[in-house]
Amino acid sequence: MAKTHVTMKVNGAEVEGLVEPRTLLVHFIRENLQMTGTHIGCETTHCGACTVDIDGMSVKSCTMFAVQAQGSDIITVEGMANADGTLSALQEGFRMMHGLQCGFCTPGMIVRAHRLLKENPLPSEPEIRMGISGNICRCTGYQNIVKAIQYASAKINGVEFQEAAE
Amino acid sequence: MNDLTPTREQRTAALEGMGCKRKRVEDIRFTQGRGNYVDDVKLPGMLHGDFVRSPHPHARVKKIDDSEALKVPGVLAVITAETLKTVNLAWMPTLAGDVQMVLADGKVLFQNQEVAFVVATDRYAADDGINKVVVEYEPLPVLVDPFKAMDPDAPVLREDLVGKMSGAHGPRKHDNHIFEWTVGDKELTDAAFNKAEVTIKEMISYHRTHPSPLETCQCVCSFDKIKGELTIYGTFQAPHVIRTVVALIAKLPEHKIHVIAPDIGGGFGNKVGAYPGYICAAVASIVTGKPVKWVEDRIENLTATSFARDYHMTTEVAATKDGKVTGLRVHVLADHGAFDACADPSKWPAGFFNIVTGSYDFPTAHLAVDGVYTNKAPGGVAYRCSFRVTEAAYCIERAMDILAQKLDMDPAELRLKNFIKPEQFPYHSALGWEYDSGDYHTAMRKMMETTGYAALRKEQAEKRAAFARGETRDIMGLGISFFTEIVGAGPSKNCDILGIAMFDSCEIRMHPTGAGIARVGSKSQGQGHETTWAQIIATEIGIPADNIMVEEGNTDTAPYGLGTYGSRSTPVAGAAIAMAARKIKAKAQMIAAYKLEVHEDDLEFDIDGFRVKGLPEKFMSMKDICWAAYNSVPPGMEPGLEAVSYYDPPNMTYPFGAYLCVMDIDVDTGVYKVRRFYALDDCGTRINPMIIEGQVHGGLTEAFAIAMGQEIRYDEVGNVVTGSFMDFFMPTAVETPHWETDFTVTPSPHHPIGAKGVGESPNVGGVPAFSNAVNDAFSFLGSTHIQMPHDFWRNWKAAKDLGAVA
Ligand code: FES
Ligand code: FES
Repeated sequence: MAKTHVTMKVNGAEVEGLVEPRTLLVHFIRENLQMTGTHIGCETTHCGACTVDIDGMSVKSCTMFAVQAQGSDIITVEGMANADGTLSALQEGFRMMHGLQCGFCTPGMIVRAHRLLKENPLPSEPEIRMGISGNICRCTGYQNIVKAIQYASAKINGVEFQEAAE
Repeated sequence: MNDLTPTREQRTAALEGMGCKRKRVEDIRFTQGRGNYVDDVKLPGMLHGDFVRSPHPHARVKKIDDSEALKVPGVLAVITAETLKTVNLAWMPTLAGDVQMVLADGKVLFQNQEVAFVVATDRYAADDGINKVVVEYEPLPVLVDPFKAMDPDAPVLREDLVGKMSGAHGPRKHDNHIFEWTVGDKELTDAAFNKAEVTIKEMISYHRTHPSPLETCQCVCSFDKIKGELTIYGTFQAPHVIRTVVALIAKLPEHKIHVIAPDIGGGFGNKVGAYPGYICAAVASIVTGKPVKWVEDRIENLTATSFARDYHMTTEVAATKDGKVTGLRVHVLADHGAFDACADPSKWPAGFFNIVTGSYDFPTAHLAVDGVYTNKAPGGVAYRCSFRVTEAAYCIERAMDILAQKLDMDPAELRLKNFIKPEQFPYHSALGWEYDSGDYHTAMRKMMETTGYAALRKEQAEKRAAFARGETRDIMGLGISFFTEIVGAGPSKNCDILGIAMFDSCEIRMHPTGAGIARVGSKSQGQGHETTWAQIIATEIGIPADNIMVEEGNTDTAPYGLGTYGSRSTPVAGAAIAMAARKIKAKAQMIAAYKLEVHEDDLEFDIDGFRVKGLPEKFMSMKDICWAAYNSVPPGMEPGLEAVSYYDPPNMTYPFGAYLCVMDIDVDTGVYKVRRFYALDDCGTRINPMIIEGQVHGGLTEAFAIAMGQEIRYDEVGNVVTGSFMDFFMPTAVETPHWETDFTVTPSPHHPIGAKGVGESPNVGGVPAFSNAVNDAFSFLGSTHIQMPHDFWRNWKAAKDLGAVA
């Protein structure tokens, strides 16, 4: 099948590649760019494991073609750490609050939570739950993911995080 | 001692040993997208395989034409049963003593069964290829209902077994019959029923569901023709067993097979068994001489890999009028699908279902299980449970509620009255198990006090009165469940897989500078072994957990172990780790005695080293002992500090718990709301409370899904109608309730550190709590039992059938 040349910015770096028009964005990221943090859990836009941030929106990269991302600005989980390489507030929150187990949903969760906190810096628990409802986690039961996002939200906004009493 | 000398507490805290909420070491890579899952493995020249699958649930395969497929650019080979026959791999043995087609041989037996394997240069080309394979089918009559499987006119499914009157587990009664398993004393039980003051009888079904971890099953197989070595990366919960199975069926020497299970994105039982994808990828690699990757998609995962449950349990309880149980009789019809590919220890055709007497002191019981074939995906697996204990717990916990209802007794009171008493442990159950330890009354009372159980019952009574007066359309249910798990498979006296005893193993190597590596036969799929195993070692030998690296999943480096499923890691591998650490400690003590110039018996272990009794300043730290082990051991002693332990547990472990679910249901819409869910778990010694709590949250969420909506459903002609996350209920953060956790600690007397295992308890105990809450809500309208899953529609339907909705 004839291939198309695509260019885009991923985690701040200009990248390019030759893809079939039908190549999914998630495959372009994982196979062509060799960034395997973005995962595939369902290929039908249900699980959110493949979530990346495109031009300021959370997008499931399993149901978007790479050619549709031509010229866009993408952030994947590999671009989530602080500039100096330390864990970002969100990544730290997931670790501190035990917001992951097998870690398979985690990249998508973190990328999604990143956008959620940009849109709503101090979300309430129901807002967080609604905000991540496009991402399935099979291991954690979400409670600690919610706490992880609350932790990050508090840290980013310089307010004190109080772990809700059980 | 000056102010800089650390206190005992500081030294203990520095170790981050058992009981500490140590943060997970795994998370540093996972949160950065630096995990290494199977689909991340890329080998030079790697090819991709994909399956042609059957649209028919039962059909003869007349012809497979691959000529057009082979013309597709990038397609290199199409493998069929005929190809596999040349290498004797058209059929493979299952873990349950049956055989299973790898690729359709003559006919297909369930929808989406593997028919041909297309190998191509990339996954898109493979997909093009499968669309060009033309298969001619002749549809055959379909058998969906397990209750009709043994009808005289039922279609014969397994033609390979026709005329075979005995199976792996005894005589077969019908062409579609797999086994009958009976346990207990029938005569005594029948007698108990004959003289019972009260009896109940109910058909309690546990529907078919699926573990569906977020990462599907996948592998990369790479055969090196020159060396004659096969390397397999795969999503394996039990890598060593896979190596042995490959050696046995591919007739390759076992040392030339390297099985690597890298990071795994959840298992829940789904990744225990061997699937056609593994065999086909291995054969394709041998045929093409290139590495071959097989990655299952979600639809394939839900429709073709092992399902769970599908038990239909006719349950009878005999009791006295004042609520003392006197007998239990259960008959199970088990739907195993097209091939009996259950993942159970060899001797247990229905797993540990005979734990069905639960937490109660039944003087006598009798159990019979009949397994049958149907045109459905084969299985089943112990989905977040120890081999059918989930079904057993559901059966008995529903039955106790039904009995309480009949006796007009409070279900909590009935349970308290019948619990095995603390002084009865070790307790011998009527169906053959020896429970190690338990204190059920304390757990139950703690649950009742913490949740304000009595007040909740009062509120329920008021609500019911208000409902009767027409003031509300909400009904309220209180679902209690008290479960006893049976985990830690298991003792070689009764547990093996394909003849391999179910021990587990650990090798610890301490390096001169006081850091070390532990290699373990278990395999984490998210349970955090890299974190908790180091904690056990830290406490046992006094080296900080951060200085111990834990490695699992590489059969070349890890000692042989039976892997992780059935909550067996802590009870079995955890014990092996403690025992290996104790061997290290014993040698360390000899070295310390030599260096401190005292007799070994004059030393005592003190947190992170050995001290001379009565002379507190004469102390040698474990770190210094590690150094000495490599340069100044006592004369005649081998240098080095390492140990291996293979642990064959003397018994299973029996964690337990008391759960309560408070639920409100709107009868007009069937919409439910889980107002509260409280889970008290007793898993013995707690290694990392943070991880235990996380496991409980996860297990409860899966239990919630199963009880309240999730189901693998087939229509009457055998189509799977729940083949994607669109139709298969996957709770998100919005639906998932808030979880309250609590605990008591009753250590296992036979486990080296007293730990019992917890990962599956919340699923085992959670499902009956939800279902009991729904059933309790409806009970005052006159129902005794409503089948799961209790989704909105079924709740509304129940309300309607009971006359609560016009
Ligand atoms: S893989 Fe994209 S949403 Fe599941
Ligand atoms: S941590 Fe396993 S799916 Fe979320």
